[in-house]
Amino acid sequence: MIIATILTTNLAILVLAGFVGFVVISKVPNTLHTPLMSGTNAIHGIVLVGALLLLGLPGLDDLSKALLVIAVAFGTINIVGGFLVTDRMLEMFKTRPKPAKDDKDEHDHEHGDGGAK
Amino acid sequence: MNAVPATVLVQSESFIYVLYIVAFSLFIQGLRGLAGPTTAVRGNRTAAVGMAIAVIATLLNPGEGNWGLIALGVALGVAVGVPAARGVKMTAMPQMVALFNGVGGGAVALISWVEFRNYGSTYGSRTVYVGGELGGVIVHVGAVPTYVAIFSVFAAIVGSISFWGSNIAFGKLQEIIPGRPISLGAAQQAVNLVLLVLAVAAGIDLIAGAHSELLFIGMLVLAALLGNALVLPIGGADMPVVISLLNAFTGLSAAATGMALNNPALIVAGMLVGASGSILTKLMANAMNRSIPAIVAGGFGGGGAIEGASGAGEHAGTVRTTSAADAAIQLAYASRVVIVPGYGMAVAQAQHAVRELTKELEDRGVEVSYAIHPVAGRMPGHMNVLLAEADVPYDQLKEMDEANPEFQRTDVSLVIGANDVTNPAAKNNASSPIYGMPILEVADSRSVIVIKRSMNPGFAGIENELYYDPKTSMLFGDAKTAVSEIAAELAHL
Repeated sequence: MIIATILTTNLAILVLAGFVGFVVISKVPNTLHTPLMSGTNAIHGIVLVGALLLLGLPGLDDLSKALLVIAVAFGTINIVGGFLVTDRMLEMFKTRPKPAKDDKDEHDHEHGDGGAK
Repeated sequence: MNAVPATVLVQSESFIYVLYIVAFSLFIQGLRGLAGPTTAVRGNRTAAVGMAIAVIATLLNPGEGNWGLIALGVALGVAVGVPAARGVKMTAMPQMVALFNGVGGGAVALISWVEFRNYGSTYGSRTVYVGGELGGVIVHVGAVPTYVAIFSVFAAIVGSISFWGSNIAFGKLQEIIPGRPISLGAAQQAVNLVLLVLAVAAGIDLIAGAHSELLFIGMLVLAALLGNALVLPIGGADMPVVISLLNAFTGLSAAATGMALNNPALIVAGMLVGASGSILTKLMANAMNRSIPAIVAGGFGGGGAIEGASGAGEHAGTVRTTSAADAAIQLAYASRVVIVPGYGMAVAQAQHAVRELTKELEDRGVEVSYAIHPVAGRMPGHMNVLLAEADVPYDQLKEMDEANPEFQRTDVSLVIGANDVTNPAAKNNASSPIYGMPILEVADSRSVIVIKRSMNPGFAGIENELYYDPKTSMLFGDAKTAVSEIAAELAHL
C-alpha cells in the first residue's frame, strides 16, 4: 500500500512534469534553441543530487565510492559548465544595439574599423 | 525562537522535500524565461538558483556523509567544467553540448551501477532491506520495491547509450572521428536490434533477481555498444537530430533515476529535459522531412549519394562564376538583400566578416536580413548563436516560414556555405532524395550569389539545381575570405 502510494505519486509528478515541459519548451523560439540545449544540459546536472544521495548510504565499498565520485564530477561539470556557457551565449543575444531607431542616438557608430580600406 | 533547534527543522524530511519543490518550480520558471531573448538571461540564472537549492537540500539530509569524496568530485567537476564553458568557441557549441549530454548520461549509468551494488541483492525478492534511506525520503518497507529496480535498470541502459552515443557525436563534430557515416550497411539495423534485445533481456533478468554484477556490467557494455552503433552511421547534417535525441535520452534517464531514488527534483528536471530534447528532435526531423527512425537507421549516406552521383553527369547546365568585385556591385545596387548562412559559415568562422559586410550594406541604405533554416549548421539554433556572437540583432534573423514569402521581393540572396537547404529539387523533383524537405526559397529572389568552396555536392550528395539557375552566380572560395573581399570591394565603391 505504501509502495503503491509513493510510486503512484511519483508517476503523477513524472507525467505532469512531461506535460509542463512540452508546454513550456514549445514557446522557445528557434533563435534560442542552442541556449535551450545547453541550458537543459545544466538542468540534467540534477543527477548530481542522485550521486550525493547515494554517497550518504552507509557501508559503501571502495568501488561504489569511486563510481560516485566520478558521477559527482560529471554532474558538477553539467551544472557549472552548462549554466556558465548558457549565460555567456545569452549575454550575446542581450547586448545589442537597439535596431533602427536608436542608431541615430550617439552610441554605435562604426564599431570595429579594423579591416577594409 | 522556540525550543526546537533550527537543525531539526531544516533537516526534516518535509523541509527538504519543500526545497525540492522550490527547486523544480525555479527550473520551470527559468525555462519559461527562454521564451524570448530579453528574458532568457534571467531565466537561465533562475534555473541556476533552483539547482543550488536542490543541491543544498540534498546536503541537508541527516544521512549525508563522505564529505571529503563529495568535495573531491565537485572540485574535479569545477576544474573541468568552468574552463570548458569559459573557453569554448561559439562555433564549437555542438561538440560542447554533445559532451555535456554524454557526461549527464554517464553519471546516470554510474548511479544505477552503485544502486545495483548496494541494493541489487534484494531485487526480485522479498528479502528484508536493511540499507537505510533511499533518496531523500525513507522507504519504510522490507524489500526494495520492484519498480526501483525497473527504473534503475532503464536508467542504466539509456544513460549508457547516451554517454557513448554522445561521445561518438562529439568525436565526429570535433573531427576526431570521420564525419561521414560509418556503418555495417544492411546488417546495421539487425545488429542494433540484437544489441537492444540483449541489453533489455539482461535488464529483465536483473530485475527478476539475477544477483550477478557481471550481468549488470554486461548490460552496460551492450548498451554502450548500442550507443556507438546508433551514432557511428549518422553523418554530418543529421547531427542536429542526433544531438537533440541524445539530449532527450539523458533527460529521460535522469527522470528514471529520480523515480528509483524517489526524488521529485530529479523526476521533474529529467522530464523537462526529456520534453525539450523530444520537441527539438521532432522539429529537426520535420525540417528535413525525414522520420526519426529513418535518421537513426542512418539512411542518407548510402542511397542518396549513389543517386546523386549518377545524377551529376546529367547536369550539362552551365555554372556562372563571379568575382568579389562584381558581387559587391550587385549587392551595392540592391535595395533588399537576404543572407542565407549554413554550416560553411560556421566552419570558416565567417560570422564576424558577414556582420561587417552587413554594416557596409546598411550604411548604403540596403535593407539586410538573414534567413535561417532550422537545420542549418550542426545543432538547433547553431546559426543564430554565431550571428548573435557577431552582434547581429536577433530581429534581423528570420525563421524559414517568415523568410520564404519575402524572397519574391528580394533583389539579391547571398547564400554563404548553405547547400541542401536551398535546393529547389526538394520542391520540384519528386525523385530527389530530399524531395519534400522544406527549403529556403532563394530561387524566388531576383538574383542569387552563392559563396561555396567548390562544386562538391553537400551532405546529401545531391546536385543543387540552384547553381545552374541563370540568375545564380557562384563565388568560389572560403566563406570568410570571400565575404571579407566583398566588404573590401564595397568600401572602395
